[in-house]
Amino acid sequence: MSETTTRAETTPAEATTPGEAARASPRMPRPLRTLRPPGTPRLLPRLTGLPRLLVVAASLTVLAVAGTFLLDPYRNYQLALVAATFCATGGLTLLIGLSGQLSLGHAALMATGGYGYALTANALTEAGVDGVARFVVSLFAAIAAAALLGLLLGLAGARLSGPYLAGVTLALVIALPAVTSVFGGVFRGDQGVQIAYDGVPPALRALIAVEQWQAWVSILVTAVVITWLVAIRRGRLGLRMRAVHGDETAARLAGVRSGRVKVAAFTVSAVSAGAGGAVLCFVTQSVSPGAYTLAFSLLLVVAVVVGGLGSIGGAAVGAVVVVLLPWLIGTGIDAVDLPSEVEQRLSGNLAVLVFGGLLILVTAVWPGGLAGALRRRRIRSSHPAAPPALHPIPTEPER
Amino acid sequence: MSQHPAPHRRIVAAAAASATLLALAACSTPGAAESTPGVTDETVTVGTHQPLTGPAAAGYSSISAATKAYFDYVNDQGGINGRTIEYVVKDDGYNPATTQTVVRELVQEDEVFAILNGLGTPTHTAVLDYLNQNEVPDLFVASGSTSWNQPEEYPYTFAFNADYVVEGAALAQYAADERPDATVCLLGQDDDFGDEVVEGAELVLGTGGLAEVQRYSVSNQDVTAQIGAMQAAGCEVNLLATVNGFTALAVGTAAKLGYFPAWYSSSSGGDYPTLVGFLGEDLAPKLLQGFISTNYLPFSPDGEWTALFRQINDEYNDGAPFDGNTVYGMSVGYLFAEALARAGDDPTRESLLDAVSSGELVGNGILPLAFGEDSHAAYLGVGITTVDQGVQDFVGTTYALEGGDVVTVEAEPVPLENEGVPAP
Repeated sequence: MSETTTRAETTPAEATTPGEAARASPRMPRPLRTLRPPGTPRLLPRLTGLPRLLVVAASLTVLAVAGTFLLDPYRNYQLALVAATFCATGGLTLLIGLSGQLSLGHAALMATGGYGYALTANALTEAGVDGVARFVVSLFAAIAAAALLGLLLGLAGARLSGPYLAGVTLALVIALPAVTSVFGGVFRGDQGVQIAYDGVPPALRALIAVEQWQAWVSILVTAVVITWLVAIRRGRLGLRMRAVHGDETAARLAGVRSGRVKVAAFTVSAVSAGAGGAVLCFVTQSVSPGAYTLAFSLLLVVAVVVGGLGSIGGAAVGAVVVVLLPWLIGTGIDAVDLPSEVEQRLSGNLAVLVFGGLLILVTAVWPGGLAGALRRRRIRSSHPAAPPALHPIPTEPER
Repeated sequence: MSQHPAPHRRIVAAAAASATLLALAACSTPGAAESTPGVTDETVTVGTHQPLTGPAAAGYSSISAATKAYFDYVNDQGGINGRTIEYVVKDDGYNPATTQTVVRELVQEDEVFAILNGLGTPTHTAVLDYLNQNEVPDLFVASGSTSWNQPEEYPYTFAFNADYVVEGAALAQYAADERPDATVCLLGQDDDFGDEVVEGAELVLGTGGLAEVQRYSVSNQDVTAQIGAMQAAGCEVNLLATVNGFTALAVGTAAKLGYFPAWYSSSSGGDYPTLVGFLGEDLAPKLLQGFISTNYLPFSPDGEWTALFRQINDEYNDGAPFDGNTVYGMSVGYLFAEALARAGDDPTRESLLDAVSSGELVGNGILPLAFGEDSHAAYLGVGITTVDQGVQDFVGTTYALEGGDVVTVEAEPVPLENEGVPAP
């Protein structure tokens, strides 16, 4: 949220009203270059627009893949989990931050992706298909399933708003265990669906461990999804989502079909959540309702709020926090050597408490989230003399 | 756009700094194992995943504490082959997704020698492939699923419980012997646990021999609909493929509905002291009078194993409530200690597996262990216990499954030797 406002206020000429900005013209303005707050440093200043995005995405991906060589297998496994979670938080931050629709049920969309992946992969295994073909087909099946559910939710979302929409999505994630239990023949109840083990391709077997291979797959899928999300965010749809979020009536008057934009936002975020769920299923070789609880769903929301609403970088930070914080806390509890009864009571519960505390702290101290806090520091340090009024960081959400 | 040199330099500096940090944190992939993981000159480290929190915690969280207490006892007697046993317990909340994470942590971070007694069918199923792909001994899984007995496919996995098919068959046989004209039904968990008890019961009663089969899901703590359906179907003997918490829930719910059938529970959900914890001191003896359950461990209140375990429980487990879980956890510890003792002075993962599949382990059950080259099942038979006046004990009937037929056998309890510390 902070980001959108910052941009709109620093470059009034570019986006005076949402309508003007979003007017369907054959050549869209390139928001990226001109909307950037002045003074922010950047690499490769000549490159702009889509080519720049692709170059940056490719370099980050190469960097992440290279980074896996520095990590031991367990860290790589965690990296794979972070990447998969990042898929989901990336879409969610777009949905909440840009289009202003709150989804508390994103875990259910991830689960849809996971089940879509697992069921397709098992069907393909029985049909004798394996390797890359099985992965790609299952991934697309997962994405299609999640997108369909996202579309349906989006259709409801376009008619509902605020707490009502949140309620619908909440119901979805609460109903998940019941659905898997009622259709136990397909979803195998609480036990979940297991899939065949997918090892390292023979050519790489001497070089890398299976966890590193899983991290690579996760990073690649996540890179594609996130690049797509960034492109959407910077493109026409992103602008319209901001317009609808900013002032729906004004956006409508300006010719933006707000209903369509909302449905599109939901579908886009469902696609990324589904991809995340599929990758998670690939990494852990199973999917079960226990992995996608209400608590996890809420954690995803906490992650994007803590990271910074609407910010892709914030979503990455949030994904890291969701995956690593419970582990760090667990390690910390083990290290302190508490009585076993206290330890038992704390394990599992303390993480939730810390997340709650973190949420309160971050919203109170840095309303723009961790990403917003970093950005503010950057702007300040590059313009020490500039009066703060020139670069206002909003403390209130829009509208 | 701004192209100040300063920020550029800063970015380069930051990148260099983070690259250095990453390099410092560097680790190799894939790691080459020089020595046996988890074994030093003084210690052997084993790990487990247990439901210390979550829906199954109340029924089972005391098992790992009991195992740990037994290991502490053995360590105080000098350990096994001069090594003390360290037992790392990780909580998975009975959630397969968490099991994935904690077992990887045990294997990769804590570098355990073996996974011992990982608890739960749905949870352990999630790591079965992983452990076997990584060639980690996966000993004495705390579940009666027949999945663990697949030596060809899962050479590293061994069961501990009598399998659910055996238990289902034994319960159904006991029902057929004692109540030949009764309507027999079943309430089961909606996973392999339930499926296999049904399979066992149908070995005896024939397909369709169960008048009513109801299933529940662990994530839903309400079985009123299922119990109501069983009452409506006129069930007189209800076989239970339930974990302890749901056994209590089923019995309690039925009582609330004014429905008092005979309950025949598998060993996983039939521990009387644990059920008392759920139902309360005042109600439990009334609700559970005549409660039938299977067991394959030395559980008789006046047995020598019970006396030893009771003593260890008082000394090393802060005198925690003594129940079937305590006996179970300590029996697991005893069996592992025995396997470790037989694995030689310098145990390796291979020698440990050889020791288990040698067929020479005796354990402390009421029937001989079935481990061997082509069998990874622990017990192929169970004894019947009943609750009378608040005391659960064997009735003297013992069944074994021999090639699809249930036969009555004599129990062969293992005598206690060397104060319960296995010697090589």
